[in-house]
Amino acid sequence: MTSQLALSTPVVGSASRPADAAAAPKMSARNLNFYYDGFHALKDVSLDIAEKRVTALIGPSGCGKSTLLRIFNRIYAIYPKLEARGEVMLDGENILDAKYPLNRLRSKVGMVFQKPVPFPMSIYENIAYAIRHYEKLSKAEMDVRVEQALQQGALWNEVKDKLKQSALGLSGGQQQRLCIARAVALKPDVLLLDEPTSALDPIATGKIEQLVAELKDHYTIAIVTHNMQQAARCSDYTAFMYLGELVEFGETEKLFTKPVKQQTEDYITGRFG
Amino acid sequence: MSAVPSIVDSPVARRLYRRRAIVNRVALVLSCTAALFGLFFLTWILWTTISKGMGGISLALFTQTTPPPMEEGGLANAFFGSAVMCLLAILIGTPLGIAAGTWLAEYAGARKIGTVIRFVNDILLSAPSIVLGLFVYTIVVAQMGGSFSALAGSIALAFIVLPVVVRTTDEMLRLVPSQMREAALSLGIPQWKVIVQVLYRGASAGIVTGILLALARISGETAPLLFTAFGNQYWSMDLTRPMASVPVVMNQFAGSPYESWQTLAWAGALVLTVFVLLLSLLARAILLRNKISHD
Repeated sequence: MTSQLALSTPVVGSASRPADAAAAPKMSARNLNFYYDGFHALKDVSLDIAEKRVTALIGPSGCGKSTLLRIFNRIYAIYPKLEARGEVMLDGENILDAKYPLNRLRSKVGMVFQKPVPFPMSIYENIAYAIRHYEKLSKAEMDVRVEQALQQGALWNEVKDKLKQSALGLSGGQQQRLCIARAVALKPDVLLLDEPTSALDPIATGKIEQLVAELKDHYTIAIVTHNMQQAARCSDYTAFMYLGELVEFGETEKLFTKPVKQQTEDYITGRFG
Repeated sequence: MSAVPSIVDSPVARRLYRRRAIVNRVALVLSCTAALFGLFFLTWILWTTISKGMGGISLALFTQTTPPPMEEGGLANAFFGSAVMCLLAILIGTPLGIAAGTWLAEYAGARKIGTVIRFVNDILLSAPSIVLGLFVYTIVVAQMGGSFSALAGSIALAFIVLPVVVRTTDEMLRLVPSQMREAALSLGIPQWKVIVQVLYRGASAGIVTGILLALARISGETAPLLFTAFGNQYWSMDLTRPMASVPVVMNQFAGSPYESWQTLAWAGALVLTVFVLLLSLLARAILLRNKISHD
């Protein structure tokens, strides 16, 4: 069984780095439950997001992987009738505590969404807008910060001559890198990526994946993906979720080559989901 | 592989096709007739306005005030009054309307009170304007010792602007994809800033269009001004006193037996029509430009 499996599973790319002792948890969820207007969407999920590593969340549609990600910056809280119970620790504090300031959390935990969402303003303003909210910078300092962010988003070379143009004129892949640049411009600790490439073509996807590999030197990254090859290629740890439960969680290489649970094996070999 | 006879060639399919072709033809003829019928009257109205109004267009129309019967004059005081009262109505109605529309779209959420306010706003939107005029007469004019004033007229017009702006702001904000809110809020920026600095930009073309259309609507309103601003034969810039307006003057002059008054009424009608037409074109241009830059 295992030998068959090894043939059909995606190759684990070089982006994966073996877990070592230094990979301390940056965020840890404990006994996390989530309810959509009474519907129990996450059931007793506990997992750690390792610092400066990429953790992938995979599973079939509706398994709760995006829900879990959306708890990490409490973006779900903008909608009524949603409730998270349990604990999510970030630097020793429970972010689900009602007293934890939402905007501070979101400045520390950035997010990039499935569909690229540039703001209806210039490329420069898209980046500067967020920075300006936190820091008072001179024009020159801001120019530097915007360039840094766009460099980090691997977009600088493509947009440096049209910073004043509307961000809505960029291609989908460029818009998504702009969104990543906008998120990293705030120097967050954690970066949440919610299926960041599912609306993009293969070339743009490749660029984003490469970017993720570069960003993990500086940021703790959690990525939700439908694409198992993508999880295998660019993550260090993978969590497989199914029907709101965390089925299996471990090093990406192990999970894809020697899964412990039958459900995980069925999913990664494409037998369901 | 032997060729399977196409389903399209069966007798039943042919019969069904012929039937659809006939129904299609009938529907096409009916809808074209309806469109031509509507266009015919629209053209007729426009043509009458232009042919009768052109005769009264002169420099004096814009420089002289409304004349006594059988004398020559212009509509300068009426144009000025309409401009002042419409502008003031927009200034009163727009901020209130944008604030209320924003609350409905961004803060009301699924709360019942939001649905109730939307419903009440829709009633206000379709309320006969004469009712609004009477209402303002009671709460403003009567309270001020029965003295008609431009201010009261502006308030009455503002009640027409208000629901239009509430509705467009609400709808345009709700058209902004929720991902935009999520993306902006996920940067840790407080909600009010996200609304003012990001969402308004996304909705601005629609909101501005709504304001322009509200302006177009009130510029032709007569009923709300009859009991509020009343009218003034002379040049007046005093907001606390009665003020002339184009529709009220038209109402008075068009029905009069004096030819010079009738000519002025038609000229006013033409100017008003051209103004509304230009506003509509401007509104369309704004929407179109915005559409292109978003696609």
